[in-house]
Amino acid sequence: MQKRFVSVWFPHLATDWFTIRHPELSNKPFVLRTSSHGRLIVAAANPEAQAKGIANGSILADATAILPGLLVLDEHRGLHEKLLRRIAEWCIRFTPSVAVDLPSGLLLDCTGCTHLWGSEEQYVQDIVSKLTARGYHVRAALAGTIGAAWGTARFAKGTSVIPEGKHIDALMNLPPAALRLEPQPVERLHTLGLLRIKQFITMPRSTLRRRFGAHFIMRLDQALGYQVEFLDAVQSDEPYQERLPCMEPIVKAIGIEIALQQLLETLCLRLRKEQKGLRSAILQCYRVDGKIEKVSIGTSRPSHHVKHLFKLFEPKLSAIEPALGIELFLLDAVKVEAYSPEQENMWQNAGGLQDERLSELIDNLANKLGADAIRRYLPDEHHWPERSIRLAKSLQEKPATPWPSSRPRPLELLEVPIPIQVAAPIPDYPPMLFRYNGQVHNVAKANGPERIEQEWWLQDGEHRDYYRVEDEQGRRYWIFRLGHYNEKTNRWFLHGFFA
Amino acid sequence: MSPDQKATIVSQLQSQILRLQGHRPLSQASLTNELGPLRDAFPGGSFPIGAVHEFLAGSAREHSAATTGFISALLPSLLKTSGTCIWIGPSKKIFPVALKNFMLNPDHFIFVKASKDKDILWAMEESLKCPAVNAVVCELKQLDFTASRRLQLAVEKSHVTGFVIRTNYKTVGTTGCVSRWQISTLPSQPIEDLSGVGFPRWRVELLKNRLGRLGAWDVYCKKGQFMATVDSEMLHVNEGIRKIG
Repeated sequence: MQKRFVSVWFPHLATDWFTIRHPELSNKPFVLRTSSHGRLIVAAANPEAQAKGIANGSILADATAILPGLLVLDEHRGLHEKLLRRIAEWCIRFTPSVAVDLPSGLLLDCTGCTHLWGSEEQYVQDIVSKLTARGYHVRAALAGTIGAAWGTARFAKGTSVIPEGKHIDALMNLPPAALRLEPQPVERLHTLGLLRIKQFITMPRSTLRRRFGAHFIMRLDQALGYQVEFLDAVQSDEPYQERLPCMEPIVKAIGIEIALQQLLETLCLRLRKEQKGLRSAILQCYRVDGKIEKVSIGTSRPSHHVKHLFKLFEPKLSAIEPALGIELFLLDAVKVEAYSPEQENMWQNAGGLQDERLSELIDNLANKLGADAIRRYLPDEHHWPERSIRLAKSLQEKPATPWPSSRPRPLELLEVPIPIQVAAPIPDYPPMLFRYNGQVHNVAKANGPERIEQEWWLQDGEHRDYYRVEDEQGRRYWIFRLGHYNEKTNRWFLHGFFA
Repeated sequence: MSPDQKATIVSQLQSQILRLQGHRPLSQASLTNELGPLRDAFPGGSFPIGAVHEFLAGSAREHSAATTGFISALLPSLLKTSGTCIWIGPSKKIFPVALKNFMLNPDHFIFVKASKDKDILWAMEESLKCPAVNAVVCELKQLDFTASRRLQLAVEKSHVTGFVIRTNYKTVGTTGCVSRWQISTLPSQPIEDLSGVGFPRWRVELLKNRLGRLGAWDVYCKKGQFMATVDSEMLHVNEGIRKIG
């Protein structure tokens, strides 16, 4: 489909805004001043002032000399950007993709939208009349390229809709400035006597590039439609936030609970509509004395389940100190993730680790005991026992490699091996007896050694020779000798208990 | 009335009484095979699920390892292929790789660390209330009657099976748990007359049983199944069902 764009131009954006804010200014000449290079200049003059001969950018002293008694107001810094952004968000009613075109315009990608207004003329007419009704001076044009629409809106007289494929013809009679050029090439074109685009458009491109630079060629191509241009569309991002102001300051716990319940219900309703779930949330309570009380929660899986989220908040509510009362509750979903109801149904009673109720239980436990207290392990490809498992990142993470099962491992492993005294008959033979916990254990049965080498690329150290031993009473241990057998220093350790 | 009819009526009444007492037999008969000699202790030969079992493990780590080993041997039939187990304790103790040797899937275990008995009990109760969990194991010092009763009430709705391992306890006391066990180590069962350490073997003592008989067995665990050792003799068998608590 052929692309269609609307360029909207506000010739008097700042002064229009002042007039809207202060109706008494209407029909009176006034200017906005700003300082530049140590002197005051006119940043913007309203149409009445411009009619009297005061141009934008002229020196303020000159302007007051031309028109004694001229109303002078201070310019607001960043007003254009803020204002255009707000108008762009309002313009979402015309098309989903609206971009701010600084310093004083908007760009609308109206491809496939205009038929809803009947025709392209009525579409542009509607934009202009709606904005004019709000008090702005507006010019708008619709064309097949952004460049052509921009130029037509600012420099053409009369026609505001350029039919499909006619944008090159429309540009022919416009001045070079209609191509969105920088000031220097425009000046140079003027000195060369090239006052209309048609005068230079037929010139060889290499010549134009040499004389006016690559930017000039880019703008020309964009206006003619040889080069694609993209809009940086404004997205209206509403934060996932709910507010609840109170008529009377809240001091009781029950009041806080009701407020939280209400906030969660509205927030979760919105999350459900947008198929989202929250991962972390903060409840802020604004107190009468100006202090802010905060409590926060986190979940292991995106959730918009009011009851569950309330349960997570519940034990923390007692930490809120209402003092003289809370006048505003603010619930902020800091982290939101996509979450669709089909998945919810699938997970509801899925059993195993996918079950929704399980993740709710884990949230609940983590909320009280700390996220650090909940651990799940996955195998890691190391033989060294301490490194053979790693913490799982989430409840749903699946093991990348199968669990090793070829070698027997003790059910209970000591985090730090305990040194023990051992009597071993011959090198590389299982020990005869060992002393642990002040008790001598005579080894009745033994398996081993199983040598596990230190991974030199991870850690320096000696290898371990592991033995599975059982004493006369049937108690089973996992012991190892560090390094090779040595007459003088024999370092033996107890590392685990078999079932 | 013929003796056959009488027998059926009696068995019906017995099963009714058991239901009232909270005994819920496993739907599948698989566990009865795995229980081996232990099946005599329970009505219908099936291990009670949806109940809390208490294990006395003393203070020695070897005892605690034997107890966790026995529970790990019971778990596969409770968890099946994708069930979840929550293990609550004051320290990191279980080595997940070893669970694989008990036909368990170690990544279906969630370990919860809580230092105080109060927190452990709370976590245990919350976990037992969650029907998505298949089994919950916790390590505790003290368990009084009220706390154990709370746990028992939690499982009655959710049908989750709970295991309480009591280490370093001062007094045993009375609890509301369905059964009380004590597991101690025995020399291992040799694998096909080979020397070296064989299958783990324990003396399993059932000290209290609300639903069945008491007893003591010497069993070893081979590929997730309990087997009676040849020289095993019943130490003392209390005929008839004794009610405790």
